[in-house]
Amino acid sequence: MLARRSVIRTLRQPAMVIPSLLFPLILLSINAGGLDSATRIPGFPADSYLEFALAIPFVQGALFSASSAGTNVANDIETGFLNRLALTPLRRVALLLGQLAGIIALGLIQALTFVIVGVIVGAGIVTGPAGALVIVVLALLVSLAFGCIGAFVALRTGSSEAVQGVFPLLFAAFFLSSVSLPRNLIDTDWFRTVATYNPVSYMIEGIRSLIITGWDGEALALGFACAGGVSLVAIVAAASALRTRMVRT
Amino acid sequence: MSRGSFWSVARAVAWRSAHNFFTNPALIIPSAMFPLFFFTAFAGGLSRVSSVPGFDYAPGYTAFVYGFVLLQASAFGGVFTGFAIARDFESGFSRRLMLAATRRGGIVAGYWLAAALRAIFTVAVITAVALIAGMNVAGGGVDLVGLYTLAFLVNAAAMLFGCGVAMRLRTMQAGPAMQMPVFLILFLAPVWVPYDLLTGWVKAAAAVNPTTLVIEADRGFIAGDPVKAAGAFAVAAALVLVMVIWARGGLRRAEQAA
Repeated sequence: MLARRSVIRTLRQPAMVIPSLLFPLILLSINAGGLDSATRIPGFPADSYLEFALAIPFVQGALFSASSAGTNVANDIETGFLNRLALTPLRRVALLLGQLAGIIALGLIQALTFVIVGVIVGAGIVTGPAGALVIVVLALLVSLAFGCIGAFVALRTGSSEAVQGVFPLLFAAFFLSSVSLPRNLIDTDWFRTVATYNPVSYMIEGIRSLIITGWDGEALALGFACAGGVSLVAIVAAASALRTRMVRT
Repeated sequence: MSRGSFWSVARAVAWRSAHNFFTNPALIIPSAMFPLFFFTAFAGGLSRVSSVPGFDYAPGYTAFVYGFVLLQASAFGGVFTGFAIARDFESGFSRRLMLAATRRGGIVAGYWLAAALRAIFTVAVITAVALIAGMNVAGGGVDLVGLYTLAFLVNAAAMLFGCGVAMRLRTMQAGPAMQMPVFLILFLAPVWVPYDLLTGWVKAAAAVNPTTLVIEADRGFIAGDPVKAAGAFAVAAALVLVMVIWARGGLRRAEQAA
């Protein structure tokens, strides 16, 4: 019931769905034309910047999930819905996962849209349909990771404004990664170091490897490990915040 | 109706708007952080792009990016003031202001002054960071006056645009309608590489985008080698003029609704 409510509530809000599809595609389109000359840098791993950059919308779209999931949970706290749920014998993990179902549905729509648009505009996926399927799965895990972060912040603070306030930090994590160039081509030392320790780099590189490199076990393992690891930590933190909030209730 | 009443309204609106901005961390931090993110992400993450054949900008990639981020910060300083106007309408403050102000044009002028103050703060932060990061500035005093005057005009045009939208729609939900056009007009210009290195539809868009002239002139001032300066000032002044008319129309709509 909670999952169904979460899906319907998320998909019913054009203000949540449309920007999360439109903004990443606009940025992809601008990047593809604006930075295509970067492919002339010796060692650049693709002939087309569009193919290199196609991984970006999957992670950027997932950033919106953090905001959407957090805002939905915060609204439930602000309106007292969560307090009423606390009176039912519902298990905490079930409650949390139910709340995140809408984000998974949104993540699926995003991933399918980005794959289809990418193929239509001529970005080939070297791993073929099987690779596209793995991209969708990894993108869903990335959406879950960011969605859990949003839910954690909402449960910890109970404020939708606080959720919005976290967005710039996630935005920074997104840009301080290998989003624009491969890490080995980043000249600035401190930036390369930050990008190396930033899990977002590996999420992007996992998806990117399936588009431009082929079946790269290391990149995929790191991508899944980072997305899964962030999801796990954020779910545990969110569950703990939920327990605290329910005790208060 | 004296000139004094116009400026007293403008001063009061500017002071209140600036006070709200400088005393509220939720407003001041994102205003400074977003352009800083862009600056660090582009200057740090993309600096290798300057080694692409055909990229010939003597002061280096940090200065190249600064030329864009300066305009971006100025423009968004204006747009965020549009958000503040929309918030004032939602809270009912603007309605009371409309009733109290003897010269309502002073309200727009006040927000304009506040937008300029916001932009000065953000630009100061970015400039300090850029200089610490080792940005080379080859331009002299006159070039720098040209550089920051252009930024001021862009700030004014963006603020007047946001003001026109906010006064027509009078809701915070108008935020994307203020932000998106400014975002697009800024990014459909030579942001990361010079115009000649752009490709595809972005190059075609940049060719007809007036912001291209402004950004190129900006970078010319930093390099101490002004290019297309007259054209850039003409475009920026024309944008301000058009946006004055747009904002004035918005004010009339708001007056009718008040």
